[in-house]
Amino acid sequence: MSQVIIVDGLYLVILVALSIPLGNYLVKVMTGKRAFLSPLMLPLERMIYRLMGIREEDEMSPGHYVLAVMVFSGLGLIFVFGLQMLQASLPFNPENLAAPSWDLAFNTAASFVSNTNWQAYSGESSLSYLTQALALGVWNFLSAATGIAVLFALLRGFIETKKTTIGSFWVDLIRVSLYLLIPLSLVFSLVLVAQGGVQTISPYHEIVALETGITQSIPLGPAASQIAIKQLGTNGGGFFGMNSAFPLENPTALSNFLQLLSILLIPASLCVAFGKAVGDMKQGRAIYLVMLILFVGALAAVTISETIGVPLVPGVLDSGNLEGKEIIHGVGTSALWGTATTAASNGSVNAMHDSFTPLAGLVLMFLMQIGEVVFGGVGSGLYGMIGFVILTVFMAGLMVGRTPEYLGKKVEPFDMKMVCLIVLVPPVFTLLGTALAVLMPQASDWLTNSGPHGFSEILYAFSSMGNNNGSAFGGFAANTVFTNVVGGLIMLIVRFVPLVAVVFLAGNLANKKMVAKTEGTLSTSNALFIGLLIAIVLLIGALSFLPALALGPIADYFTAVI
Amino acid sequence: MENNELNKNILIDAIRQSFTKLSPRVQLKNPVMFVVFVGAIMTTALYLLSFAQINDEGAGYTLAIALILWFTVLFANFAEAIAEGRGRAQADSLRSARKDVKARKLKSSADVAVYTEVPSSSLKKGDIVYVKSGEQIPIDGDVIEGAASVDESAITGESAPVIRESGGDRSAVTGGTTLMSDWLVIQVTAEAGESFLDKMIAMVEGASRKKTPNEVALQILLIALTIIFLVVSATLLPFSYFASKQAGAGTGISITNVIALLVCLAPTTIGALLSAIGIAGMSRLNQANVLAMSGRAIEAAGDVDVLLLDKTGTITLGNRQASVFIPITGVTEKALADAAQLSSLADETAEGRSIVVLAKERFDLRGRDIKALGASFVPFTAKTRMSGIDFQGQQIRKGAAEAVKAFVLANGGDYPEECQEIVKKVANDGGTPLVVARNNQVLGVIYLKDVVKNGVKERFEDLRKMGIKTIMITGDNPMTAAAIAAEAGVDDFLAEATPEAKLALIRDYQAKGHLVAMTGDGTNDAPALAQADVAVAMNTGTQAAKEAGNMVDLDSSPTKLIDIVRIGKQLLMTRGALTTFSVANDVAKYFAIIPVLFFSIYPQLMGLNIMGLTSAKSAILAAIIYNALIIIALIPLALKGVKYQEVAAGKLLQRNLLIYGLGGLVAPFVAIKLLDMLLTVLGLG
Repeated sequence: MSQVIIVDGLYLVILVALSIPLGNYLVKVMTGKRAFLSPLMLPLERMIYRLMGIREEDEMSPGHYVLAVMVFSGLGLIFVFGLQMLQASLPFNPENLAAPSWDLAFNTAASFVSNTNWQAYSGESSLSYLTQALALGVWNFLSAATGIAVLFALLRGFIETKKTTIGSFWVDLIRVSLYLLIPLSLVFSLVLVAQGGVQTISPYHEIVALETGITQSIPLGPAASQIAIKQLGTNGGGFFGMNSAFPLENPTALSNFLQLLSILLIPASLCVAFGKAVGDMKQGRAIYLVMLILFVGALAAVTISETIGVPLVPGVLDSGNLEGKEIIHGVGTSALWGTATTAASNGSVNAMHDSFTPLAGLVLMFLMQIGEVVFGGVGSGLYGMIGFVILTVFMAGLMVGRTPEYLGKKVEPFDMKMVCLIVLVPPVFTLLGTALAVLMPQASDWLTNSGPHGFSEILYAFSSMGNNNGSAFGGFAANTVFTNVVGGLIMLIVRFVPLVAVVFLAGNLANKKMVAKTEGTLSTSNALFIGLLIAIVLLIGALSFLPALALGPIADYFTAVI
Repeated sequence: MENNELNKNILIDAIRQSFTKLSPRVQLKNPVMFVVFVGAIMTTALYLLSFAQINDEGAGYTLAIALILWFTVLFANFAEAIAEGRGRAQADSLRSARKDVKARKLKSSADVAVYTEVPSSSLKKGDIVYVKSGEQIPIDGDVIEGAASVDESAITGESAPVIRESGGDRSAVTGGTTLMSDWLVIQVTAEAGESFLDKMIAMVEGASRKKTPNEVALQILLIALTIIFLVVSATLLPFSYFASKQAGAGTGISITNVIALLVCLAPTTIGALLSAIGIAGMSRLNQANVLAMSGRAIEAAGDVDVLLLDKTGTITLGNRQASVFIPITGVTEKALADAAQLSSLADETAEGRSIVVLAKERFDLRGRDIKALGASFVPFTAKTRMSGIDFQGQQIRKGAAEAVKAFVLANGGDYPEECQEIVKKVANDGGTPLVVARNNQVLGVIYLKDVVKNGVKERFEDLRKMGIKTIMITGDNPMTAAAIAAEAGVDDFLAEATPEAKLALIRDYQAKGHLVAMTGDGTNDAPALAQADVAVAMNTGTQAAKEAGNMVDLDSSPTKLIDIVRIGKQLLMTRGALTTFSVANDVAKYFAIIPVLFFSIYPQLMGLNIMGLTSAKSAILAAIIYNALIIIALIPLALKGVKYQEVAAGKLLQRNLLIYGLGGLVAPFVAIKLLDMLLTVLGLG
């Protein structure tokens, strides 16, 4: 146990230590100031602008920004779908894999464009190297960059006054990719390769098992490069079906720790960037603390439940709940991974969440259901949390006798509409998706468990898709026409409706004047507000999901212990 | 007694209104309550279906749920109706003032004998009418000729008549008021239907009440929450059927229970009280005799963080008082006092009287009868800026330093350097110097002191804690202004204020992100009033000022601004407090309902039944009865507003969170448990 605490503590300390310089660096990059990589990247950046025929100083109106995001993502959707359907007749397909079914291809395309990376397919048996690298690999970068771009558009809404533009999507997208995602991924994939991660375009390896003498096919591919961005961009889609539980995807304890760090690194540094960008580090710190407190609370709950939440068998070593976990990772880092991957909208796994104890599973599910705002997806997590902040400001702000304001901007009806879309859409579609699924007559055939755990499997799947997480509980047969189509649509809706709302919110905020700060202004950075924000996040989540959770993990827990 | 009668009438009227408001068109305006309304209809239908042997739940239980839901809707209607009641009563009395009268319409203001009699409702803007003593002024207008005393009690409730005259800042007259003396020629400024009285009736009645921006934003939030809860409740039907199939036990939950759950979770408390809070806030403003031209203004009042306060009447007592006689060398203080008193004997201004009194107090100099002395009084004029008496060949004068200097020099005397020094010193100390002279000799200076009102310093201190900056506006010179500003503890001052300077000051603060409130009455205040976020025009002021402002103070009291801010803040706080309370309530309702809801599927879930409620039926009934009763219980709070204190935002939040957040968590636990016990005892569980 003490070893687990040391690892967890070390993890948090390193995470915070790294996030501060990275956040500051990112603000420099996004505001066009000279930063560490400028000498190298600036010529490249300028060249791309010239090629695209855009000018750095041409800013977009919210409508224009939304159009750019939607057209860009729409083309991405078609591209990822098309490449899968045509993979059989394209090169770099050593295993001669056929095209997946249309519904699976759609689901995968929707999944990667929406930064969900839900996987109804298994990489090694469905997708060619070309599809993996060119379609999925590229969109790992682009969907992550889109999220961060939109976040910065929102930040401009708070910074600017009386302005009708919120920056350029193309400039944002290119800067995030060039200065942040590509260099970080490059370094990280080299480290992974050094640790034994696989990176090749040669065909799968045939080996003869030593013990059984049976010939086995070991899947290979250009994996390490994709795994780096899978973690850094809170994508989570594994190169291989077993994700980071597979040794070639996550070979050592060190690679495991580094991947864990990279899950939360960018979302955490964005909190720092937020404070720096709005010119008040305390605001960034407050949100960072809210996320950290919720994260540590969840981590403690999962770890404790996994450690002591199993019946003791006399004469057997008390090892905690090891079912579905890799021995190399054990209960401790598997619990840490599970918490991190569901807190951030990452979705990669190094253990099977289906096998977690009911209460640990509940925490993982709940971290997704509160809207992926505890760090959450890169960009999207923070803008989701800002949605909750505005909601909190709205309820609490009135109690100090002023109309609500945040960072000097008054919260008015239009802003409230956008905030409601940001906060409302994910839970509504999670619940509707789950309801549709259980209404399907064949629903129980998709499950490996019955009773409350069976319901948990469905609820988890739709919570994952309905909040762009992408992790799987397991035990739920996801590759069906129903789940592929409905799930694909849900992933697109819950990604892009809030995203569009954020851009319009940004535009509306940027257009407002700044209200002066006085003694009568509600503090949005003190302990009281932090506590209140945590309460509101938990309350909205609990109010939305408690009844469903009661039929799933809570009933699971009570039926197991009693 | 009369008041009781009025309250009784309002109550009876409100009960009647609760039923008439059941019309779907009215219900649709409040989406949260509309959901309850639909729920009531559906459960009633389910009850009726039970006669056809289609049973969703036990018929008696469904009926009980249906009845409670109908009561919830009625309670919400009642809350709104009772809030409107006071305004409606006030509107009725105003309406009686707005009767159609005959007006003498003139061809031109030159000849009042040539007129046609027309009904007041047919008057157009720009028409000229003639009104005589004893008649009612037909419609709003500007006096273009004549002067008269007017009884404006129909609007202000103040029975003392006021003077209205052509030209200057007292030329506006309001339709429905009555001439007490003389006659007026009035040019019509507003047509029937748009007059001040019409606006006033519409405002107090709430007929033209548009939802304020903050109210709209809150409503959006409430609708969003309702949509979530609608989905949460509706999806429980498939979830529970699936779960019961999976568990091989129990049944899915009934439609009746789904509706009950939805009503419990939806923010009905704040949904039901939201419009009552807004109307009550407006009503409190009306009771303070302030008429807001829009609900927006009252919200802005809560946000105001810069108050421009006129010095006179707000910070200082209206009148300056003589406090010291400062003679120049060679003159005794008593001689100065004597001359000063003589010069003021016939001076009826408060300053003049205070000089007489001070002389009496200091040297026991009795006031003398000016006639007995055979003296003649020289009154103050704007030109001479002096007053005094001519007495036994002496000319005694008191007045502004410059004026007296000119007087002395003209009489062949000289104006001593020493006097100049004294004048300067008095001004620096915040006083007003009056120089006294006899013929060509300067005697000394009377120190007129501005008296800062009791308690204003503490008041401004409190406002500062709330983040509200006070700025004193005065025509005084900067030296005098600074001294008074320091004594009164205002944050800043604008000396030698001109309308342009005021306007510039407001713009300056607004550019820095502040919201500014001010009062004004003159036509030259109009631009500043139009610029300010909260602009209170005095009712005694001109038409232009009233039109530029977004509130009218019927009492024309300069201190009103502070009350207006308080009312605005209290309105917003009440809204926030009840929203928080409403949402916090849901936690307890969940703990009451969820365990029992799925009891048949997973009996083990009773482990969550920490409240130990008797049965599913008693728990659900207790929760929705609580849900209905809490609306009634909170009506007084919604009408009165939450307690208001002038403390910093952090403390205010802490206090309100403790009461309404924590209170909102705990109250329903206790109440639902008690109701459940009661239902069990009555055998209804």
